[in-house]
Amino acid sequence: MSLLHIAIVSPLLYSIFIPIFYKNFHRIHTGWFVLPLPVLLLIYFLSFLTNITKQNTVIESMQWIPSLGINFTAKADGLGLLFALLITGIGALVVSYSIYYLAKDKEKLNTFYVYLLLFMGAMLGIVLSDNLVVMYAFWELTSFSSFLLIGFWYERDQSRYGAQKSMLITVFGGLSMLGGIILLYIMTGTFSITEIIHQSPVLFQHDLFVPALICVLLGAFTKSAQFPFYIWLPDAMEAPTPVSAYLHSATMVKAGIYLVARLTPVFGVSSVWFWLVAGVGMITLTWGSVFAIKQTDLKGILAFSTVSQLGMIMSLLGVGSAALHYDALDNNIFTVAVTAAIFHLINHATFKGSLFMVAGIIDHETGTRDIRKLGGLMHFMPITFTISLIGTFSMAGLPPFNGFLSKEMFFTAMVRVTQMDIFNLETVGVLFPIIAWVASIFTFLYSMMLFFKTFTGKHQPEKLEKKPHEAPLGMLIPPVILVSLVIIFGLFPNLLSESLISPAMASILPSLLGAGEEFVVHISFWHGFTIEVFMTLGVILLGIILYKTLPKWIKAYGIMPKKFSLFHLYDRLMEGSQSVSYKVTNKYMTGSIHSYLVYIFAFFILILLLTLYWKEAFRLDSSNVSSIGIYECVLALFVVVSSISILFVKSRMTSIILLGAVGYTVSLYYVLFRAPDLALTQLVIETISVALFLVCFYHLPKFHRYETRMRFKITNALVSVGVGLVVTAIALSAHSQKLFHSISKYYVENTYEEAAGKNMVNVILVDFRGFDTLFEITVLAIASLGIYGMIKLRIYRRKDG
Amino acid sequence: MRQPNNMILETALKLLLFFIVLFSIYIFTAGHYYPGGGFIGGLMTAGAIVLLLITYDIKTVQKILPVDYRIVTAIGLLFSIGTSAGALFFNVPFLTHVFTHVEVPVLGDLALHTATIFDLGVYFVVIGVTMTIILTIGEDE
Repeated sequence: MSLLHIAIVSPLLYSIFIPIFYKNFHRIHTGWFVLPLPVLLLIYFLSFLTNITKQNTVIESMQWIPSLGINFTAKADGLGLLFALLITGIGALVVSYSIYYLAKDKEKLNTFYVYLLLFMGAMLGIVLSDNLVVMYAFWELTSFSSFLLIGFWYERDQSRYGAQKSMLITVFGGLSMLGGIILLYIMTGTFSITEIIHQSPVLFQHDLFVPALICVLLGAFTKSAQFPFYIWLPDAMEAPTPVSAYLHSATMVKAGIYLVARLTPVFGVSSVWFWLVAGVGMITLTWGSVFAIKQTDLKGILAFSTVSQLGMIMSLLGVGSAALHYDALDNNIFTVAVTAAIFHLINHATFKGSLFMVAGIIDHETGTRDIRKLGGLMHFMPITFTISLIGTFSMAGLPPFNGFLSKEMFFTAMVRVTQMDIFNLETVGVLFPIIAWVASIFTFLYSMMLFFKTFTGKHQPEKLEKKPHEAPLGMLIPPVILVSLVIIFGLFPNLLSESLISPAMASILPSLLGAGEEFVVHISFWHGFTIEVFMTLGVILLGIILYKTLPKWIKAYGIMPKKFSLFHLYDRLMEGSQSVSYKVTNKYMTGSIHSYLVYIFAFFILILLLTLYWKEAFRLDSSNVSSIGIYECVLALFVVVSSISILFVKSRMTSIILLGAVGYTVSLYYVLFRAPDLALTQLVIETISVALFLVCFYHLPKFHRYETRMRFKITNALVSVGVGLVVTAIALSAHSQKLFHSISKYYVENTYEEAAGKNMVNVILVDFRGFDTLFEITVLAIASLGIYGMIKLRIYRRKDG
Repeated sequence: MRQPNNMILETALKLLLFFIVLFSIYIFTAGHYYPGGGFIGGLMTAGAIVLLLITYDIKTVQKILPVDYRIVTAIGLLFSIGTSAGALFFNVPFLTHVFTHVEVPVLGDLALHTATIFDLGVYFVVIGVTMTIILTIGEDE
């Protein structure tokens, strides 16, 4: 176990001690004990930076289940490290924010920090595992810990609803991802991502390639809240705000992005991948940004904005995968999409984290998150105002913040799609920049809405629960750090390009690099009067016009009825699946033994008949048949007549006697077919069972004793005739095709030689196959004790009652 | 309870009972060579006791034959399993029977077979089971 392994699981191990701290040091906020861990981890992961910049990958292996090829291989390359830094960095900020956000004496801090640490460890595990199964394990752990965190205030209905929804959707995706992982294993014979990437050039010809691709993408899309699976994210806003900031903006929702980026070398060459990732990303981008405007809750807007931004990153990754089709690196202009994706990933984490924290502050200090009640907070909360100014303007893509840069690069990437000459992009490629542009207008619009409706306008003190005032310093420090990063990355974007973006690109597009080469990333503020600049200007212009006229057209959202929204659809689906399965179960689990017997016998007939038919097993061969004598005919007549009469007699007593007649005739058959032992036993047993039947019927309750004939039912008749015919057919064909001779000759020869007996039946029963007899008498003993128990215990119970 | 006068039945039974029991023992012992064996022999012995039950009542029969039939069942199982497991002591597979001829002074040449002990177990189990069932149902009100 190397230091890297310990670093990955350290949050999990550390979470064990949290309840101890909580119990013993109740006067100190538990968060202070948690804080050092992410900080230490951040420092530890920063120490990898020099290594990563030189394109070195750190791989540490530890055996877990070697026989199945499942080893805990930790791999820190550019992509993994980028995520690890995000997780630990924002993790540290979120923990310090939560110290001020969650009250020490009101909340169950021990559970909160345990869940949070579980989540942090799981996230680190996802991004730093090279083994797909290990990654899957951590993946599910994020789903579970996220479920626990969303339902942190479990006494609220909405929290439980949101937690359940996110659980169902993300676990659905996680399981389908597991399917994809298994398909990959079938194709390549390994779980290691590195080795799968080595085999990728031949992989896309495999039959299972597309199913595996779709399964993996389902996992990524559900986790990253892509269309149409984004519906869990707005409901996950019921979680405490630090959780929303951490999980649902910066880290967990990017696990899907990570997965797509990580597996781009495997699946990226396929056109299915391009269209699915880029297409779904585009739809999510537009959909999320359009519907964000409808929201009135601060966190609701932020949730939809997260969905939209994730869609943007996803579409960039999809477009970036097309770069794999162009070999020459020097003029490969399409890698810019991947650069933009990674850059925006970092930017989004910074500004969205800070915006969530701001939303938390406003909620904390005014008592509401509804933008209809807020307004004019600028003068009360100047620092918060500044933070959100930077955050929202960066989100809208305005200079001089980092959002502007990634938006420009986004436009660049989308415009360059039109130059691609694969996948029919010559014709439909032009849609990409147009959709991107429209979505950006809406992004601008909701960013402005978020900012101006909260901080400007009229102050409405009568609608607020508390008198607004500035937040405590401790609560402000984390968002201040994040927005200063927004500015720093905005002004000096090339700080990141060498150290983080280029190595991360190398992990996403490894096949484009020769030995010793690396991606040259240069992000510049100004690149002349290109089309992107005009697009941005258009976004700002149209955005301002739309914002000014917002009250006039906001009603357009009412046109789409609620019935057709995906949220409603999900609820209907849940209710429907429950009521349908309930109905189905009620339909066939009737509780009556009669119908169960009908099912059993109907399937009996069906399966046996189909087998007879398909295997062409039915034969009729009369060569091995002995002659029939007069006695057999007479006895058969007896059996047939008495069994058919049972069906038609009125009195139960008569049917018992007829049954006895059948039994005695059978014993006569034994006599006829020279089986004296059987005849004797059959005679006695028949007598006893008839006697027992008589006892039973004598004791039937009075009101049930009206005697009627058995009612005729067509299903019963069909089923019973069917069973009879099938069994007859099977018996005849089994008799007609005997493959081997009987082994009875051995018994005939050895009964006296080996076992010193002359009654072969008895010798077989007690000697050759005495084992069966041993257990048959055990069965008898159990039956008698069972009868004894049933009758005696019933009597005792009656005495008690 | 009304006590019917069953003089003829009782007298007939006194005579018949021994024949039935003797016949059942014959069937049991002859099982290895002729039709019969532990199962049918046991059923027939049980039948004799049932005849007793029909003629007299349960309490009287319990007085004549103070036997707990569940214990009879257990003894029977013990016989059968014991015979089968006994083979293990002689380093042969479970349920290996042995037989031998023994010259006994009075009875002459006797064929002794461990299968008979196994069958005796079957015999007891069948008696025990049949009687337990009939007595339990009979005692139930």
